[in-house]
Amino acid sequence: MRRILNVRPQAGVKALLGLFPLLLLLLIYVAASTIQHTANPAEKILPTLGAMVEQVRVMAFQVDPQTGAIPLWQDTGASLTRLGVGLIIATAITLVLGLLIGTLPLVRATLSPLVAAIAVIPPIAVLPILFITFGLGETAKIVLIVVGVTPAMCRDLASHVAAIPEEQIVKAQTLGASTWQVILRVALPQALPRLIQTLRLSLGPAWVFLISAEAIASDVGLGYRIFLVRRYLAMDIIVPYVAWIAILAVGIDLALLAISRRAYPWAHPATAR
Amino acid sequence: MTDILSFHGVWVRYGAKVVLEKVNLTVTEGAFVSIVGPSGAGKSTFLRLVLGQEQPSQGVIRLDGQPLRPEPGKDRGVVFQRYSVFPHLNVRDNVMFGLDCQGSRVRGRLSGPSRRAALETAEAMLASVGLGSALDVFPAQLSGGMQQRLAIAQALIMRPRILLLDEPFGALDPGVKADMHALITRLWWEHKLTILMVTHDIKEAFRLGTRVIAFDKIRHDPQAPNAYGSTATFDLELDPKPPPADKGS
Repeated sequence: MRRILNVRPQAGVKALLGLFPLLLLLLIYVAASTIQHTANPAEKILPTLGAMVEQVRVMAFQVDPQTGAIPLWQDTGASLTRLGVGLIIATAITLVLGLLIGTLPLVRATLSPLVAAIAVIPPIAVLPILFITFGLGETAKIVLIVVGVTPAMCRDLASHVAAIPEEQIVKAQTLGASTWQVILRVALPQALPRLIQTLRLSLGPAWVFLISAEAIASDVGLGYRIFLVRRYLAMDIIVPYVAWIAILAVGIDLALLAISRRAYPWAHPATAR
Repeated sequence: MTDILSFHGVWVRYGAKVVLEKVNLTVTEGAFVSIVGPSGAGKSTFLRLVLGQEQPSQGVIRLDGQPLRPEPGKDRGVVFQRYSVFPHLNVRDNVMFGLDCQGSRVRGRLSGPSRRAALETAEAMLASVGLGSALDVFPAQLSGGMQQRLAIAQALIMRPRILLLDEPFGALDPGVKADMHALITRLWWEHKLTILMVTHDIKEAFRLGTRVIAFDKIRHDPQAPNAYGSTATFDLELDPKPPPADKGS
């Protein structure tokens, strides 16, 4: 008998194994919901699949007469805009700071204590400051995402760039490269796939900050809607919204992975030619 | 033959620890100097000094009569045992790197006719190290020996005054090693290179070198093992090597 740690599932089996817990969870939910509803037809905590489908139809396909828009798409658009703008700003800051901190000892000595200090502050604790400073509009929500994810991204990218073997940096200099050329042609290209990776890891925290900001002060957005309907115990809206957020998050993650594989085949040895 | 590199009373200390003491030596142009010695005898420190990665605590190093610039530069090419090629560039772009940096200060990448001319030079260099048919491959897909061929081609394209080899063949299989010996001998001959090679392999040192220098401690205090440093204890000029038999490959 082989040790269990040496048993590797084949591709097809692997997919089935991954599907199994999801289906099991769904089954348990449906069973629990059915039992609850047999006991009490007015039960709200575990809505039936039928009730959720009905709410999806209302939220995703019917125009809300008050706002003149379809709520799910309006919320999705608003949330993804905030998330996208926040992450683009965070990524741009990370690229510049991470490269400079990683390659230049002078910048590292100057900035890394500051980045480390900012990184230990819980971003949600800063949220009141942001609301006071930037008002309750879009700016505060975007800045929260930026403040929340940038320090960790910066530190990750800087440590990755600093870990480029010394030999490569010396070799580049023996080939006549200036500081600028070492950054541009040695550090930057090797930082980009890592930047995408650290961005993927920051998606989770970014969603947390987005939903928090929307829950506290907003009039549109996925987080706003969930916290709004919570007042009516509308689990039949909340659960589909959460599932939708999960689908969006997985989709963004897979898209970033695909971009990285396509653009930087050398950084993904298993998929390289 | 003129002197190309000279050490005048060079010491290296890390705090109380003496690594190199009173190193005096000169290297003539066209020499193939093998540097041997036990681990911790300062061979790598010696190479780092020549590269400019490290500065002597005392003494002067001169290259072509001028004090050595205290940082790596394109007058000194280098091939390390590992990590000396760029993993994100294919074989062709790895060799183009030096020419790109030289010809395009801001973008670091040549374009147009100057790129075509540089490509010709680069591809000729790659053909001469036996990588003419692997131009579009990334280093991770090359064997260890092929990666070292690439690293050598990459260094030679800049026509350095001195080529520094740091255990270049240490990680290779014996058969591959023999091929690499033939290659480096031929390149040394064809390009009239001056080579400093640090190696653990005494046989390799004598087979390739025109001169073998051993680094070791001449004084040793068991109560204070760091009190004395290493120096060139043994310096042997070998008979001039005949030109390599195989001109091709």
